[in-house]
Amino acid sequence: MVQAFSNLMKNILDGKFVYTGELEPHKAIDLSEVISWAKTLKETGRIVAANVTDNPKSLGAISSLVASYVIQRETGLEVIYQLRCSDRNRLALVSDLLGAAALGIRNVLALTGDHTRQGDMPTAMPVYDLDGTQLVDLMHRMVYEGRDIDGNEIHGPRPQFNIGAAANPNFKPLEVEVLKIERKAEVGAEFFQTQVVFDVNVALDFLDAVRHIDAAFLIGIFPPRSYGQAEYFAKHVPGVQVPAEFLDNLKKISEISDKKERRKRFDEYNIEYFFDFIRAVKKKPSCKGIHIMAVGYPEVVGPLIERVEGA
Amino acid sequence: MIIVKEKPLNEILGFLLPYESVLVVGCDGCTQPPRGLREAMTYAMLIEMGAKLKGKTNLKCRATTIPMQCDNHICSTTLTPQLEGINAILSLACGVGVQTLVEVFPEIPVYPGQNTVFIGSQEREGGIMHEKCKACGECLLGETGGICPITNCPKGILNGPCGGCVDGKCEVPFEVRDETGKVIKTIAKDCAWYLIYQRLKKLNRLDLFRKYRPPRNRVISSSPRLLEVV
Repeated sequence: MVQAFSNLMKNILDGKFVYTGELEPHKAIDLSEVISWAKTLKETGRIVAANVTDNPKSLGAISSLVASYVIQRETGLEVIYQLRCSDRNRLALVSDLLGAAALGIRNVLALTGDHTRQGDMPTAMPVYDLDGTQLVDLMHRMVYEGRDIDGNEIHGPRPQFNIGAAANPNFKPLEVEVLKIERKAEVGAEFFQTQVVFDVNVALDFLDAVRHIDAAFLIGIFPPRSYGQAEYFAKHVPGVQVPAEFLDNLKKISEISDKKERRKRFDEYNIEYFFDFIRAVKKKPSCKGIHIMAVGYPEVVGPLIERVEGA
Repeated sequence: MIIVKEKPLNEILGFLLPYESVLVVGCDGCTQPPRGLREAMTYAMLIEMGAKLKGKTNLKCRATTIPMQCDNHICSTTLTPQLEGINAILSLACGVGVQTLVEVFPEIPVYPGQNTVFIGSQEREGGIMHEKCKACGECLLGETGGICPITNCPKGILNGPCGGCVDGKCEVPFEVRDETGKVIKTIAKDCAWYLIYQRLKKLNRLDLFRKYRPPRNRVISSSPRLLEVV
């Protein structure tokens, strides 16, 4: 039986449709920019929690644990601490998870992690002592049995966090992804946040395919701040389908010469496009929320949710 | 097969220039490409020529080969009679052969002529060699349709494919490098877990694909290892 340790999971178990955001700290010690984005998300009053990325794309950045703690302390926005297996063996994972629990972090997203060869320190040794599924298993044992993966007891109170994992609706064939998700859910994944989806039909097919799995699914969306961002997904992020009409419309807006007008139209178009998207996926019982990855574009988040949920 | 790649001649000359009489020892065992008598003779000739170009005219090489350099008894019986006057050995075997010679002939300096690259196989056509086995000590092939995820997945994960698999391809391509280590081309790589899925589906054993595999016991593959034959 899943216990709600976080506001995110409390809301899900209460049957509320949830929205999560995403924050990406960089290779820097100054967290003021990411804190300001977090404040914008918090001020919407609609974002229940936000992911704090851990060395995304294997680009070495400030510790996601430290960033998670500081963001939560400074803004009061609940965080979903992302944790990759690429850079830590099981001892380091346990240490960081105990640290996270001690610092009041209540959601952890388990990731296998992009290969270190993809990043800015490609000569690094990739760790992968555990994979993402095994990290879910480790977390489940820590939270529900008070033990690490080798069965050693954790002294005192057990860590309390809700266990998240990643899923990819774009995977072909979808059967592979569904089997993987079943495996992760079996060992303790309580909620899934998905890769970016632009095509609503991809999201709907996915939600149908996972409806038998007892976990909460949050569909990942990425409202692009510019045509360039959307084009990047279409051209350089393999496997993510960006509908041609969406791209064409963004391109037309990008050609507007007045900067203020262009900005306004981008925001309006994103809100309209994702309003239709969210309205459609929300009808699926397996869809418990939306993960809005508007990295560096937090100002679109509030108006988008208001459009869906009403002001 | 144990896949080896020759060291650059300059590196070998760096080892051997201080000596005057060198025995180049091939191995007829499992190295691929072959490193037997013919290759030992070629190396002997190249080393003498290279030494001369560097002004060292009195470096002489003799070439020989033995059936298995990793067998200390064979090394001792076949090489002992050939070592008179020899003041260094260049081994063309894998790293195991080099170390066996060091153990059998502790008084003679032994140098590697090869970089030992991996355990693998060679395509019948062309010169591409593929790594196939990491000698992990707990073979999974019976559960993975005969495709090794430890070797063929760059992350070596047990519950794949990971999020880096797109259209059956891995996020980490093969990299072909020149002698300086610079990448000269990349070749798309099939995702090992995607291949495992396809194979197990064909065998009607998707239950094996779906199965959760707990973390590996890393002690089994921690070096150095010792296996006592009881």
